[in-house]
Amino acid sequence: MIVYGVALLGFCLLVGVIGGDLIGQAIGVQANVGGVGIAMLLLVVLASKSNKRIQLGPVTGQGISFWSAMYIPIVVAMAAKQNVLGAIEGGPLALLAGIAAVAASFALIPILSRIGEPAEPLPPLAEETDSEPVSNG
Amino acid sequence: MDSVVEALTKLNLISAFVFVGLVIWVSYWLSDVLSKGKFHGSAIAIILGLVLAYVGGLVTGGEKGLADIGLLAGVGVLGGAMFRDFAIVATAFGADLEDFKRSGFVGMMSVVLGVALSFVVGALVAVAFGYTDPVDISTIGAGAATYIVGPVTGTALGASSEVIALSVGAGLVKSILVMVGTPAVAKYIGLNNTKSAMIFGGLMGTTSGVAGGLAATDPRLVPYGALTATFYTGMGCLLAPSVLYLIVRSLAA
Repeated sequence: MIVYGVALLGFCLLVGVIGGDLIGQAIGVQANVGGVGIAMLLLVVLASKSNKRIQLGPVTGQGISFWSAMYIPIVVAMAAKQNVLGAIEGGPLALLAGIAAVAASFALIPILSRIGEPAEPLPPLAEETDSEPVSNG
Repeated sequence: MDSVVEALTKLNLISAFVFVGLVIWVSYWLSDVLSKGKFHGSAIAIILGLVLAYVGGLVTGGEKGLADIGLLAGVGVLGGAMFRDFAIVATAFGADLEDFKRSGFVGMMSVVLGVALSFVVGALVAVAFGYTDPVDISTIGAGAATYIVGPVTGTALGASSEVIALSVGAGLVKSILVMVGTPAVAKYIGLNNTKSAMIFGGLMGTTSGVAGGLAATDPRLVPYGALTATFYTGMGCLLAPSVLYLIVRSLAA
């Protein structure tokens, strides 16, 4: 049933966010620490094909894949609700601080990538990937 | 006319589905016509979304872009943190746990480095603009981490509201720049594998920026970048008002 997939996804996010809030409280921070990350790991473990105890039916998987495919539309909506005016009106200091932070961080990526074993580039994207579930096997 | 507006406003989330569908359709059409599909449709859609958000801000004077326009309020719901996080988690479905583990250490290290780096860069810019109070410098530095770390730090340290507003501005610039700039620089910084995606998420940290930037670069990288980015704001709220502020204060004295 599709709803099982949606419910499993919702369950993972709720557990993750509650966990992230608890970690935040435990270390005395007024923020959620890694809630979405915890949720993602939980989903990967629970929905993994190698998980012997939980075998998701293909239809159940569709309940998750649908939301994965809705990711880009949701990100477009997210872009459309950003306070772009506020960013531009922040003045030269805000602009420069933001730009410099991004430039420095971009520059550090290739350097950090050398640490540990090298990683293989992903194979080229097939056409129309984002109308398909993202990286679903 | 009134009844149309009323219906669109009442069903605002549904209107948002239609609206976003149209934006994406136009973007893919533009991508085909202007660049023969080379410049990815999703990247155009995100830029178009940001432009519309700017217009929305001009028209309404609000802070939520297009979502401040009554009949498009649903865009705020669909693009809000709830659906964004739900969809981000969904992208992890089918992702490889081994990949997460393999790059977990360097990914987590990049979170700490990323917070410190953005903070230092932001703080230096603040100093260059003539700020001398360690509280102001730290708040602006924290804002260069993310637009949540800035106000959290500023409030904890007792910064003025003008400085807190500046820190939010810096964070917004960062998040928007990451959305727009990532596909353009991806080739040059080796952002084509799961490991560099985890490092990217950890260094950038802005969830919206990482979500948008990777979506426009290669959607398969999203879960890896998002995983580390999600620890960044918490790490920033932990480090900025404490260790990093103390370092600034000792340097300023």
